[in-house]
Amino acid sequence: MTICQFSLAAEPLHPAALSRPLAHLAAGAFVSFEGWVRNHNAGKTVLALEYEVYTTLALKEGERIVATAIERFDLLGAIAYHRYGTLQLGDIAVWVGTTAAHRRQAFAGTAYIIDEIKCRLPIWKKEYYAGAPATWVYCREHRH
Amino acid sequence: MSAPNSPKIIHLRYFALLREQAHTESEERPTTAGTYAELYQELQRCYGFSLPLGQMKVAVNDTFVDLSTPVQEGDDVVFIPPVAGG
Repeated sequence: MTICQFSLAAEPLHPAALSRPLAHLAAGAFVSFEGWVRNHNAGKTVLALEYEVYTTLALKEGERIVATAIERFDLLGAIAYHRYGTLQLGDIAVWVGTTAAHRRQAFAGTAYIIDEIKCRLPIWKKEYYAGAPATWVYCREHRH
Repeated sequence: MSAPNSPKIIHLRYFALLREQAHTESEERPTTAGTYAELYQELQRCYGFSLPLGQMKVAVNDTFVDLSTPVQEGDDVVFIPPVAGG
């Protein structure tokens, strides 16, 4: 059975548990990506992040992205999670995992999913800085 | 069925910068705007939205549509400022 799943998460993500449903005896490769909250952006010191999400449309678009990746890259399974709410430095903001018969498919599928998530999903990020006003930041390639 | 220039009542939800600048998360609003592009310009005049129309997308009833789409009575409308997932 092909696992195809996109979820929004209010609580911290734990990768070992997230990848478990992807176990597949036909898989020769598993590739995962974790997006972490880092302590700097554009020369400013970041203290924390807040993600705001338009839930209904984000779930719809997220499921579409994962399904497209499975079809386009011949994946055996793909799962993606995106956090929302307030995140601290070092937290996992996004997690993507894919399996495929061979590594190139899994690498390409994972890269496609994270690239599309960043530029298509209706999710907004507000960064809180040391010594500067909090700001909504944008993906440079915003599109849908 | 509304006459062409009679106001249509729509439901708007605001996120992120638009929510902060409108000082509300949602509203019912009568509008005579013909398209979503015109509706955004009306809201810009009303709330002083700083983002230009060219950076905006729009979702109607939880589906992305073109900004040139005609406004329909009862629509659930969300303007999408530039996104930043990941």
